[in-house]
Amino acid sequence: MKRRRLDLAQVPANVGKGVDDRYKVATPLRGLLNKVFPDHWSFLLGEIALFSFVVLLLSGVFLTLFFDPSMKEVTYDGPYTALRGVDMSAAYASSLHISFEVRGGLFMRQMHHWAALLFMASIVIHMARIFFTGAFRKPREANWTIGIILFLLGFFAGFTGYSLPDDGLSGTGLRIASAIMLSIPVIGTWMSAAVFGGEYPGEFIIGRFYIAHVLLIPGGLLALISVHLGLVFAQKHTQWPGPLRTNDNVVGERMFPRYALKQGGFFMAVFGTIALLAGLFQINPIWLFGPYLASAVSSASQPDWYVMFMDGLVRLMPAWQIDFPIGDGYVLPPLFWPAVVGLGALFTLPMLYPTIEARRTKDKGSHHLLQRPRDAPERTGVGAMAFTFFTIATLSGANDVIADKFHISLNAMTWAGRIGLLVLPPLAYYISVRVCLGLQQHDREVLAHGVETGIIRRNPDGRFEEVHQPLGPVDDHGHPIPLDYIGWVVPKKMNRVGALAPAIKGFFFPVETLPEAPVSPAVPSVTGPSAREEITSGR
Amino acid sequence: MTVTQDGAHGAGTKPVDVNDPKLSRFDIVREGARRDDIEIVTYESQFQGTNSKAEKRVVRNIALLFMISGLAAAAFVVFFIVWPWEFELGHTMSDYYTPILGISLGISLFALGIAILAWAKKLLPHEVSIQDRHNKPSSDEDRLITGQTMAYLVDELGVQRRPLLKGAIALGLAPLGVAAAAPLLGGLIENPHKDSEPFMYHTGFDPVPNNGQLVRLTREDGSPVRPDDVSVGGQITVFPGIPGGATNKYADSPTLLVHLRAQDAQDAREATEADKINKGGMWGNYVAYSKICTHAGCPASLYEQQTNRLLCPCHQSQFLITDNARPIFGPASRRLPLLPLEVDEEGFFVAASDYPEVIGPDFWERP
Repeated sequence: MKRRRLDLAQVPANVGKGVDDRYKVATPLRGLLNKVFPDHWSFLLGEIALFSFVVLLLSGVFLTLFFDPSMKEVTYDGPYTALRGVDMSAAYASSLHISFEVRGGLFMRQMHHWAALLFMASIVIHMARIFFTGAFRKPREANWTIGIILFLLGFFAGFTGYSLPDDGLSGTGLRIASAIMLSIPVIGTWMSAAVFGGEYPGEFIIGRFYIAHVLLIPGGLLALISVHLGLVFAQKHTQWPGPLRTNDNVVGERMFPRYALKQGGFFMAVFGTIALLAGLFQINPIWLFGPYLASAVSSASQPDWYVMFMDGLVRLMPAWQIDFPIGDGYVLPPLFWPAVVGLGALFTLPMLYPTIEARRTKDKGSHHLLQRPRDAPERTGVGAMAFTFFTIATLSGANDVIADKFHISLNAMTWAGRIGLLVLPPLAYYISVRVCLGLQQHDREVLAHGVETGIIRRNPDGRFEEVHQPLGPVDDHGHPIPLDYIGWVVPKKMNRVGALAPAIKGFFFPVETLPEAPVSPAVPSVTGPSAREEITSGR
Repeated sequence: MTVTQDGAHGAGTKPVDVNDPKLSRFDIVREGARRDDIEIVTYESQFQGTNSKAEKRVVRNIALLFMISGLAAAAFVVFFIVWPWEFELGHTMSDYYTPILGISLGISLFALGIAILAWAKKLLPHEVSIQDRHNKPSSDEDRLITGQTMAYLVDELGVQRRPLLKGAIALGLAPLGVAAAAPLLGGLIENPHKDSEPFMYHTGFDPVPNNGQLVRLTREDGSPVRPDDVSVGGQITVFPGIPGGATNKYADSPTLLVHLRAQDAQDAREATEADKINKGGMWGNYVAYSKICTHAGCPASLYEQQTNRLLCPCHQSQFLITDNARPIFGPASRRLPLLPLEVDEEGFFVAASDYPEVIGPDFWERP
């Protein structure tokens, strides 16, 4: 019998055939491999959130292997002598166990916490990018809403995780959470009793938070992240305007080979950054705080940074209690306004923003080209206002630390926060709108007259004038023909049009080829103006 | 390099027969891209010719980065296993266990990341591709057909024509929906008012569960407190002298016992005597207030001896001890409840009764 020879070169082709016979993947796979992605550094901010989430899942699974979500009282008998003999919950004891008695446990715990902080930070920065460039406009309103829900879920994931070790700080956070629930009119005590299983703190809360932290919230995050990415994929990514780019195409790189490789490298870089942070910078040293005691708290007890805005709002709220003199009397405590109404508004108002803007500008079109923040001054102003508000609230969440370190009166810090919260956001709005309009004007000026060269020339009639380098063609008298603004960066310095490039590039190594002068983005796109979206001043 | 003039993508290249043996692999790739409405406008090497010096340099650097990554990863594994890691008190090698893990793993991952990025950015050809976005909505005909199909579905079910079904569905589904929610809600809901004495209104100092005996003020370790134990101007945190009184089971009970200086005590006494509820609550120059902040429930534990202010470190509410612990700054709107003091026959402090006012954060039905 003749043995069939195995042709190794044919193996991939045969496997491919076999797979396609069964699953019919060749056509969709080709589309996937070929999919074109536009490229810009600001499109990578959301990726950081995604990659941190992966690190969170990996490190979190490790932690679950050792954590005991129980409020059973135990006496500590571990290697950390300062706490030996102290009564504490099993949850806190097992967190100490992870930190001191599990090989690499502290590293994993710190990695988990740092990844969480980075996750929330990159979500906020990514949201700012989406907002200021108008990427939330039709058809992407739903994805904007999902993004906000993701922030909210991250917020609760962070809070539940912060509470699990049951150390001094996390217990204080829980106490405040219970007070916030109690402040809700009518159902307050019922809600707190339902969450804590009766009186605060009860015996259930760590177990309940644990299942929320490791199953319910991550499940929600995973599902929504999938939808979020799926929508980005299906609707195709937005792109900046520029040469060749229109509202109906995507200019960039195919998924393979370059784009996917870059994503992989970026993931490794993010992962590496988290590992460095986790190894070098201590975070949440729970053994210093001791077990939670209802009677003990230290000054400078701050929550994680993304909760600080809420803490700040609560600190700044004046003591306005509303009494309802009906029957035995009912009260609405001041805590209700910043913590429940404030938090609710901070999440619902951004969700409504795309609708509000579309209605205000009567804009029903689909937008796939991004806007530079200066081209939509009002939106940029609103964003600046929101971020000023957020920043003041966050700083006020640390106002006791600031007061202590800078020797300022604490009461003065509170008043500064109260006044700042009302005065600075409108000021930020006004300033950013003026800055946007000024930048627009300068763009138009350079397009009309050319780049300032810094060369002063004296005319025969004695006048001095600066020589301008036209960006486009000139007319018969040598005056530049004004160019249209296409919504992208206008070169404003001579080295941006290639004047200095060779000198810099050859500093360490000789230049092998003369660099191509960058194609001026100000040159009108070859596709002609008809295919572009109209760029307006936004006013 | 070609540039389209009309925006019809994939038009830069003509369709080709992919079975043509003369085609290069890239020709086939380009044809595949064309079929996906992609025009590869530019795809050119970043180097002049093959094996240029510059290319070799880049390749060397990337190879070096991979090596660094591998070395650091190996170092991570070695450190993970052999570095002394068990915590010991004092300055030991184990202090550096976490940093050394972070540095080695960080370098490994970072070098790998940079290597891959450099490969993509420096070695792979520069590319500009244009893909049609296909962002037109479905055609009017398709919309019509789908809409009609859905309307047809509704027609076929005939709910409109069969009102009995309509009612039956409502009656059948609504209870089922409630049934799905019932276990969760039913299991979780606890009536906070179910006890004859709801927990919001009493603390560990309540003499009733203590067989009617007045509850002593004790320290954290359970030892009772005599008036002499608190020096003038001093303060201590006290707990109800009942089993587990200092634990989180009685999280609402921690109390601050203050021994005021004579002049301050005079002020405080005048203030409490003038108050309907707090009247007679002081014992000598001693006064006790709930430590649980009426704002958000943190322990208001920073006592400023000079000004007799009690500050809550969570949200900086400030209470004036010499004036019925009235809130004088910050977000708290309600004074701290006073625990009426007495001294029993053995000379230890006891609570004359439970707090006359509700302790802790405010809630809707607080009387």
